[in-house]
Amino acid sequence: MAEQEGGLVFHPMDQFIVKPLFGGDELHWYTPSNVTLWLALTVLGVFLLLVAGTRRRAIVPSRTQSVAELAYCLVYKMVEDVTGKEGLRYFPYIMTLFMFIVFANFLGLLPMAFTTTSHIAVTAVLALLVFVGITALGFALHGMSFLRLFWVDAAPLPIRPILAVIEVISYFVRPVSHSIRLAGNMMAGHAVIKVFAAFAALAAISPVSILAITAIYALETLVAFIQAYVFTILTCVYLKDALHPHH
Amino acid sequence: MASETETAAHGTAHGAADAAHGGAEAVGMPQLDFSTFPNQIFWLAVALVVLYLILSRLALPRIASVLAERSGTITGDLEKAEELKRKAVEAEETYQKALADARAEAQRVIAEAKAELQREIDEATAKADAEIAARAAESEKAIAEIRASALENVRAVAEEVAREVVALLGGKADPKAIAEAVSAKIGGTRA
Repeated sequence: MAEQEGGLVFHPMDQFIVKPLFGGDELHWYTPSNVTLWLALTVLGVFLLLVAGTRRRAIVPSRTQSVAELAYCLVYKMVEDVTGKEGLRYFPYIMTLFMFIVFANFLGLLPMAFTTTSHIAVTAVLALLVFVGITALGFALHGMSFLRLFWVDAAPLPIRPILAVIEVISYFVRPVSHSIRLAGNMMAGHAVIKVFAAFAALAAISPVSILAITAIYALETLVAFIQAYVFTILTCVYLKDALHPHH
Repeated sequence: MASETETAAHGTAHGAADAAHGGAEAVGMPQLDFSTFPNQIFWLAVALVVLYLILSRLALPRIASVLAERSGTITGDLEKAEELKRKAVEAEETYQKALADARAEAQRVIAEAKAELQREIDEATAKADAEIAARAAESEKAIAEIRASALENVRAVAEEVAREVVALLGGKADPKAIAEAVSAKIGGTRA
């Protein structure tokens, strides 16, 4: 795949390789890897923004504190608007998800960075946490009547069983689409940037290539935020189903 | 269970690791290299737990308290502004009242002064009037005296003249009759 021909070097997927941080071939489950490093940086980034940035608890906020408050209010309003007042109990979990994804996405845009959210293992865990958590919450709150989520009362009786089958399928497809949407977006954008970067080695097309990288980078900056937002708002929508399963 | 997964994934892991060593090239999609999943999932779990603890224990309560404090401060400031406004109105009222009082006081002082002045003038006038009256009375008396004395002189002169005239005419002048005649001519009540 990655042959060197005439100065063209394509390694668009190498940036996604998981490798031990301190050398060696062995990658055990506990080995500190580049994943560990970038996850730690993500946590550090969130800490710096939300904790260090607000340490003065100013009534008139500094710029960092304003951003922290903005993030807080964005997610708080989202949870309140989508799920209603009862959903606010789960606000810390949703805030954790949002801050994690948005910081992982933006840190991944740094040159030479490793994008943790481009890995299906990471996004699948996030999506499964949401899926399992919300399903368990639905049964805990409503018992067996949570299953009425799949029984569309508004539809005519004969087609309700068919709708129920469709609803069940769509319910189980949720974590798949939820996780692949995020990982796919992250991976595709970064890979495309790498491909254009490889073309930059050819003098004739390097200006075009650099322009293209700039454009894609701008787009990816947008995508980094939008995908974090989409992941969070979908979590809220699913949470609403668990809180109010009756259509 | 973890070791089972590890052994199962070992073959792939070796392949990927070898490839990674020999020039760090990805074979296919690194995302589908299941040998890296335990590592990623473990560290992700650690990161999420740490992040959740940071947010729920530190960041979110702090931001919530800052936001609440801010809205409290704004409400408090508005109340304070209202209070200050009320005080300003009160001060204005007090000022107006003080001004009115001062005006009234001034009016009173002026009126008093005027009255005092008037009283003094009246007193002086009365005194002057009394003096004038006294002087006039005195003058009147003097004039009356002068007049009386003049009248007396006139009578004496007239009696003298009458006696001389009677004597010249050769008559015997009866002083009593002459005095009566003179009195009758002059018409004076005092005889």
